[in-house]
Amino acid sequence: MSSAVPEPVTKLIEAFSALPGIGPKTASRLTYFLLRAPASISQNLSDALDDLKSKTVLCSTCFNITVDDPCPICRDERRDKRLIAVVEEPLDVLAIERTASYTGRYHVLHGVISPVNGVGPDDLKIRELAQRLDNDVLEIIIATNPGLEGDATAMFIQRDLAGKGVKMTRLARGIPMGGDLEYVDAVTLMRALQGRSEMG
Amino acid sequence: MTARTFRTPAIILKRRDMGEADRLVTLLTPTYGKIEAIAKGARKPTGSKTGHVELYTRADVLISKGREIDVLAQAELVEPFLPLREDLMRGAYASYIVELLDRFTYSGEGATPGLFVLLNDTLTRLCQSDDIRRAVRYYELQLLDKMGFRPELQECVITHEMLLPIDQFFSYVDGGVVAPEGAPHTTGLISLPMPTLKVLRHLQRSTYTQINKTRIPDAVHTDVERVMIGYIRYVLESRLQTVDFIHRIQHLD
Ligand SMILES: [Zn+2]
Repeated sequence: MSSAVPEPVTKLIEAFSALPGIGPKTASRLTYFLLRAPASISQNLSDALDDLKSKTVLCSTCFNITVDDPCPICRDERRDKRLIAVVEEPLDVLAIERTASYTGRYHVLHGVISPVNGVGPDDLKIRELAQRLDNDVLEIIIATNPGLEGDATAMFIQRDLAGKGVKMTRLARGIPMGGDLEYVDAVTLMRALQGRSEMG
Repeated sequence: MTARTFRTPAIILKRRDMGEADRLVTLLTPTYGKIEAIAKGARKPTGSKTGHVELYTRADVLISKGREIDVLAQAELVEPFLPLREDLMRGAYASYIVELLDRFTYSGEGATPGLFVLLNDTLTRLCQSDDIRRAVRYYELQLLDKMGFRPELQECVITHEMLLPIDQFFSYVDGGVVAPEGAPHTTGLISLPMPTLKVLRHLQRSTYTQINKTRIPDAVHTDVERVMIGYIRYVLESRLQTVDFIHRIQHLD
């Protein structure tokens, strides 16, 4: 970067560039926006960034991100203790919550088994899931993403927890809303056929 | 002046999320070797022509040459290698053979003749074989051959004498068999029992059709694996992450 750009500006551009989805152009645009905008906008952003790490922890039960431990879902007595949905990331909890049709609890793995990238079963919260299984838990819904790594993670958990007397299910895979059969890949179509449901 | 776009068969080796909805994919192609391209919008389930870029599948892809990075403009799934997705062990071995290929090759260095066919055939064998370790060991020896690390299994690498039908040694440093008479003249040897050497030679010299008819006893399999993994670790100068995972699954039951 040219020496005509002051160091604090370069520093923020570089910090933005390190974020996923932000290239050098967007990073510059955001930085120059903040330079011109009222100081309160920068201050709010700075406060929010401070709080993000200092005021959040992982829930010691489900490992979702939370302010208080245990998290609001784990504390909520109305949530069904018999059901645990196992997801890859905290964002997946939000996605399922948005459906407003799931009443069970969660378990966040914080990733997916990916031996090529050096992520093995012990790097995820799989052991912690096994430790959660008590007489209350009847079903584990494995909601990892479809795809080789999500499927491998699901199969590993299934083998690891086999014999613990808990029912294990996998999210059904099908045609996306607004999708066109003609453009759906053969694997998805085949699995959608296998998972077809009776009408009426 | 090279073409702005080209169409090619490709096997998807790696993929990494980029930005909001994009993926950076690493592909193996028959003519261009290992290449990287960005698949725009690949993480959205709908409306994308490249949404079907899934690990260890074969696709027909359309690549358009970019100034900084190539773009995966279209991808049509041709072979999903389904059993790799439905069997934990087959899938884990697929990760292993791809990790090896990835460590031995560099993006943009061009094609190694026969490498695409070898990977495609091995993925097919991993789907079908009743002895997946046999298919994997065959792959390792063929891959080492193509990459210039063919181990010498016919004569002693120190004395250059023909080998007698007795237990020998193997030297990682010298890349081959060392006869008992040669052993004092080198260091870092591991044992190489005769039954193990026989299987290694067979894997190195035969066609897969011939290999496919050979039954390898379990104990010999374990020993062949010890020699091969040891040698490959030495050549690559690193540990193999997928091997640890395979061992982990083997101890699940
Ligand atoms: Zn919780």
